[in-house]
Amino acid sequence: MVVLNKASAPKGKGRDIKGLPYEEYFASGHRACAGCGEALMVRHIVKAAGPNSIAVMSTGCMEVVSTPYPQTAWKIPWIHGAFENNSAIASGIDAALKMQGRREGTNLLVFGGDGASFDIGFGALSGAIERGHKFTYVCTDNEAYMNTGVQRSGATPFLASTTTSPAGKAVHGKQEPKKPLPLIVASHGLRYVATASASNIYDLHAKVKKALATDHTSFIHAYSVCPVGWHSKSDSAITLSKLAVQTRVFPMYEIENGILKFTQKVEREKATPVLEYLKLQGRFKHLSEVEVKQIQEYVDARYEFLLGIEGKKAFDVLY
Amino acid sequence: MAKTVVEASHAVAEAVKLCKVEVCPMYPITPSTHIPETISEFVADGELKSAMINVESEHSAASAVVGAAAAGSRTFTATSSQGLALMFEILPITSGMRLPTVMAVANRALSAPISIWNDHSDAVSARDQGWIQLWVESSQEALDSVIQGYKISEDRKVQLPVMVCFDGFTLTHVFEPVDIPSQQKVDSFLPKFRASHVLDPKKPLTMGPIGFPNSFMHFKEQQQEAMINSIDVIKKANKEFGTAFGRKYGSGLVDLYKMGDAEYAVMGMGTLCGTARVAVDKLRKQGKKAGLIKLRSLRPFPKKELQSAIKNLNALAVIDRHISLGQEGPLFTDVRSAVYCNDITINSYIAGLGGRDITIKHFEKAFADLEAGKQKGEWLF
Ligand SMILES: Cc1ncc(C[n+]2csc(CCOP(=O)(O)OP(=O)(O)O)c2C)c(N)n1
Ligand SMILES: [Mg+2]
Repeated sequence: MVVLNKASAPKGKGRDIKGLPYEEYFASGHRACAGCGEALMVRHIVKAAGPNSIAVMSTGCMEVVSTPYPQTAWKIPWIHGAFENNSAIASGIDAALKMQGRREGTNLLVFGGDGASFDIGFGALSGAIERGHKFTYVCTDNEAYMNTGVQRSGATPFLASTTTSPAGKAVHGKQEPKKPLPLIVASHGLRYVATASASNIYDLHAKVKKALATDHTSFIHAYSVCPVGWHSKSDSAITLSKLAVQTRVFPMYEIENGILKFTQKVEREKATPVLEYLKLQGRFKHLSEVEVKQIQEYVDARYEFLLGIEGKKAFDVLY
Repeated sequence: MAKTVVEASHAVAEAVKLCKVEVCPMYPITPSTHIPETISEFVADGELKSAMINVESEHSAASAVVGAAAAGSRTFTATSSQGLALMFEILPITSGMRLPTVMAVANRALSAPISIWNDHSDAVSARDQGWIQLWVESSQEALDSVIQGYKISEDRKVQLPVMVCFDGFTLTHVFEPVDIPSQQKVDSFLPKFRASHVLDPKKPLTMGPIGFPNSFMHFKEQQQEAMINSIDVIKKANKEFGTAFGRKYGSGLVDLYKMGDAEYAVMGMGTLCGTARVAVDKLRKQGKKAGLIKLRSLRPFPKKELQSAIKNLNALAVIDRHISLGQEGPLFTDVRSAVYCNDITINSYIAGLGGRDITIKHFEKAFADLEAGKQKGEWLF
């Protein structure tokens, strides 16, 4: 085994052999939990965006862990206002930058957790898209309100146990399906929507770049493992990200100009059974065999739906 | 000077144009709607170069103001009643982040029952959220206060948002002769906005972090300091405005009417002061030493000025157009706390809720109570 000493570890300017910059804009030393998948996604998304960027963030884990006054993990300008208004704050920034003649060349990244994006801030997001603001919205989806202690959100998957959808004797976890947010966002008629995860960091970088190059609102649904909330091992972020794709729980695609294209397609025969994904997470440990089967059917049906619209102009483009 | 007959809401929009506001996130609600409508016309006609953001809610209007102000633009919005209630969450965020802005509040009752008519429950309920509140009496004062508002808000010793509160319908929809000042005059009174801190990739900074118990109180202490600083800044802005435009509003904080030798006075905010002036004149004709204290600045609350204004009074009647349910008229509470050392009778009247008219008769009754030495706390219907 080769042991790198600190001095020889790559730092500062420059890129690795696959083209990823060494420079970090979301610095280490923040207070995220060990193995946080959401922090990993945020870090790579701002890395992909680069220094000429402004970030807006909603209240949630990432805001709390990254800005304990007077410290900050942010090397790009960053603003947080409230839980549900990241898109509205971004609307104001977009308009102000345009009025001041400094909109060109500045990336505007808007981060929201699943709670902020699927639920409480959904109206503001929808309104901002309708008004045609130019920013890239990133929903870092860890499938619950983690900051407040793992309460259920509209993004919590079917039958998962959370503190407000507990696996009890009478009710076995969340009874409702996950809201299909990327498809709902795509229905607004925008030009670029993508899903991304830590299963493929290079793909994530490419998608962020594409999103930022869009002359309108663009949207990235960023799958983010939360070992604490999901009751999985603290080194499970990458494993679960990969398994989520291989089991077809988290489909990887882009919707460009209204056409859905898989960026990594998993055929039914080659897919890993969802059980392999579920059994690594305590939030599913209450499931019976029958329920696992229900989830398998549910996951397959969602994937088949996407396969059905693949390559077709399934979404109207309005902008 | 040539005056134009315009609606007060139009006068406010004119002020927004004269202040060259760059970003106006707006959402309509009666009785403030004529403001966004007029600003939209200005923008559509190319008279005002501003980004009108037709947001999907007042919550987003207030939030877009935060974003645009943080990016360094001069901003404006307007609302009323339920709209202000929906914005409530963002009010302390705007002031806590020390973002200068001006918002016109066309005062209207809060539901329920739903009422589109005037009282002061909306803005008075929001008085503790770190916004300076200027309460105005006329269309001219509404226009002038928006201009003064930016001057105050953007002062480095202040850097707090300003609400210009004007009565729904009884002022917003009233047509009066108004002097609309020249652009040149406004430009020399109000310099271009230069924010002290701006979202800019060239100089990254973090805005709106989490404050733990070891820091949070210091932020609030500084906000209170800025509020106290604003007392002099409001006075100065009003004085300088007087020199530049030939009119001012009392000291900027309070406007005293026939208080020199007054023995009895009424006190209130907004358009009811116009009616009170007529009542005072009427009583003066009868040889009674009546006066009026118009409160222009509810926050900061001008304690010292008030103490000296009431020094020679026998008794004072405070008219509240709002009630802190379970307590009393909030203005009454503030006044009594400011002058608790003075030996003076103060009566409290709740009046004009949900658009109920406040008439000369009401003031006559209040004055009669004072003269008769009646200690009162009552509702004027
Ligand atoms: C208006 C409002 N309601 C509730 C809260 C409490 N709250 C803060 S963060 C949060 C959950 C955040 O969840 P999510 O957006 O999924 O982000 P995560 O913490 O999971 O990354 C909640 C409920 C709040 N701050 N503001
Ligand atoms: Mg979450």
